[in-house]
Amino acid sequence: MLKEYIEAIKTFSEQNIPFTIKGAPVELWYIVWIFIFGGVVLGGAMLFAGLASFAERRFAGFFQCRLGPNRVGPEGFFQFIADGIKLVLKEDLIPAAADKMLFRAAPYVVFIGTLGVFAALPFSKSLGITNLNLGLLYIFAISSLVIVGIIMAGWGSGNKWSLLGGMRSAAQIISYEIPIGVVFLTMIMITSTMNMQEIVNQQGGGLVNWLVFRYPPFTLFAFLIYFIAAMAEVNRTPFDLPEAESELVGGFHTEYSGMRFAFFFMAEYANMFVVSAIATVLFLGGWQSPLPFFILNIFGDYSILAIIEGFGWFITKVLFLVFLMMWLRWTLPRYRVDQLMAVCWKVLLPLSFANLLLIGIWMIL
Amino acid sequence: MNQNQDYTTIVKKASSRIEEIIIGEEMLINMGPQHPSTHGVLNKVLKTDGEIVDEVFPQIGYLHRGLEKIAEKLNYHQFMPYTDRIDYLGAMNCNLAYAMTVEKLANIEVPKRAEYIRVLMAELNRIASHLLFFGTMGMETGAFTPLLYGFREREQILDLFEMTCGQRLTYNYIRIGGCSDDLPNGFIEKAREFCNVMEKKIKEYHQLLSYNQIFINRMAKIGVLPPDLAIAFGVTGPNLRASGVNWDLRKNEPYSVYPEMDFAIPVGTGKVGTIGDSWDRYFVRMQEIEQSVRIIRQVLDKIPAGEIRAKVGRVFKPPAGEVYVRAENPRGELGFYIVSDGSQNPYRLKIRAPSFSNLSVVPEISRGTMIADFVILLGSFDIVLPEIDR
Repeated sequence: MLKEYIEAIKTFSEQNIPFTIKGAPVELWYIVWIFIFGGVVLGGAMLFAGLASFAERRFAGFFQCRLGPNRVGPEGFFQFIADGIKLVLKEDLIPAAADKMLFRAAPYVVFIGTLGVFAALPFSKSLGITNLNLGLLYIFAISSLVIVGIIMAGWGSGNKWSLLGGMRSAAQIISYEIPIGVVFLTMIMITSTMNMQEIVNQQGGGLVNWLVFRYPPFTLFAFLIYFIAAMAEVNRTPFDLPEAESELVGGFHTEYSGMRFAFFFMAEYANMFVVSAIATVLFLGGWQSPLPFFILNIFGDYSILAIIEGFGWFITKVLFLVFLMMWLRWTLPRYRVDQLMAVCWKVLLPLSFANLLLIGIWMIL
Repeated sequence: MNQNQDYTTIVKKASSRIEEIIIGEEMLINMGPQHPSTHGVLNKVLKTDGEIVDEVFPQIGYLHRGLEKIAEKLNYHQFMPYTDRIDYLGAMNCNLAYAMTVEKLANIEVPKRAEYIRVLMAELNRIASHLLFFGTMGMETGAFTPLLYGFREREQILDLFEMTCGQRLTYNYIRIGGCSDDLPNGFIEKAREFCNVMEKKIKEYHQLLSYNQIFINRMAKIGVLPPDLAIAFGVTGPNLRASGVNWDLRKNEPYSVYPEMDFAIPVGTGKVGTIGDSWDRYFVRMQEIEQSVRIIRQVLDKIPAGEIRAKVGRVFKPPAGEVYVRAENPRGELGFYIVSDGSQNPYRLKIRAPSFSNLSVVPEISRGTMIADFVILLGSFDIVLPEIDR
């Protein structure tokens, strides 16, 4: 039993780890690898959150005919570090009316829910923390943890505005998970796998093989449905009701300050990365190059350079989607609660089901 | 029954009502005075059932400064800076209304050039005020960018004001009998340039916000104010016109040089929803910007040379008597009622502020709306708090 298990890990590791140290047993190396790469991804996610917040503010500045932060470092590049230091140094306030246990735990729950997804993302050819066979299901499951955290924050703050924000958020995210689930189902049907690496592997060989162009125009619709629902899932404008400033002050994080607020903040930006990454993997070819070959692949198949290039493509696509979200945020007004639900239940859900059905029929034909 | 008793019974009634609500199932929630959409310091106590607003109790008075009492202790000239603070977004218009009141009381003839300059300033300030409304309305619906766009054009108006009187918010520019300074060199060219820019930008605003489908969904059919209710509550200004009532003091009770100007009075038409909804209130203001630009162009063409101030002594004693004059402000009719006993100070000065009446109708029409709607509904009335509390 144990032997089989080790054997399984060994084969799994051999397939999934890009490189090993000579002489080290591969299963041990696998565990070390998880820790090393997990640490790198954790740091990277935080760094991304910081950089994205800076980028968002700069972009907002350009969209609004003003400068944006430009004082700390060249072009204000280190603004996010200054912000981080400010948040760390701030007093950690817990309101008297708060449920202290929930109030303290909530940011971590949200953060875990967001970062857990990173474990299953394929960053490049055989580059990832793990390579789960049920990767998509795992992502779908663990990202739901964010809702729990938000409700905990909303209820635990002991503030009526927070409670309203938490309630809105719960209703919104749960509703929008359904169209997302149906889109996932569509893609699983097409690729007949839930393994993220496998999904990306199927999209090799240039732009035309990306899943978004597989069954035109249905997969394109699926992509749009996913993107809209994902924006609702990460509470971005026009679906930013849980933190609607003009109505609910700050929504569920009204009462949070200092580092606890920073956790929510980073989770929000990391979440943007996560949903964009999923969209990239499912529709835009993941780490596959838009060309039929890797430019850096002159040193043989899947050498380190090719892995780096794949990572570059992956990040480029993700950042483009993140930019798209920022662009929309600074352009559009916000939906009302009932309108938001109507968009989900009356538009996205029927469309996604119809899409599933039509693609299914196409596949049979 | 004397007035004090009357007041205490009202307070008792209100407090027992509030107690009754606390015991019930509904949630009482304080929106303000520290809230992003209070437009100053207004406390709205909302009785909510989930997201639905059952009742609204506006609590005013956080900004009470006793302006009317202060007026009794100052002479007529000295009160002018205080009128800036009645409606800080339409300070020129407030100056103008007060100056007109005192001029009528003392029968002062204002030079023609001064009248033109006053109208010019009043219309510029109206545009500035409506531009800010455009921005806050965007904020209310969750779009942040319109605020900055509105501010960009408002900045040009403030630059014009700064050129003229050195101030950017509280101008104290219009004086009893005229204006404090003549227009500086280059003002007319800069104002013309602004008119050109504004006419272009208003199209951009419509593209960005007015006809945005999400924006229309949020604004149309929200907070419908029927014309009879509006008249019953003394609602004035763009809010009244949005309900389809064609009432503008600049036309109906012309003052200054408005009779010589050619402009239209935009009224609400229910283009995307019902007549008198929040979108109409928004759109009437947008159209008023265009009309104000028209007036400004005419003023710039017609403005005559001459004196800018009638001779009014530093020791100024209007004859005993009383007078009420009203003017069309960006927010509605601003009226001054002055009782003079022939001394240097007014015996009594009463300000009829448009925002007060406009706010008073909000609880009536906000029953059964959602919290998000209520924010929009209140925002679409474009109230200014110092005017309400005075």
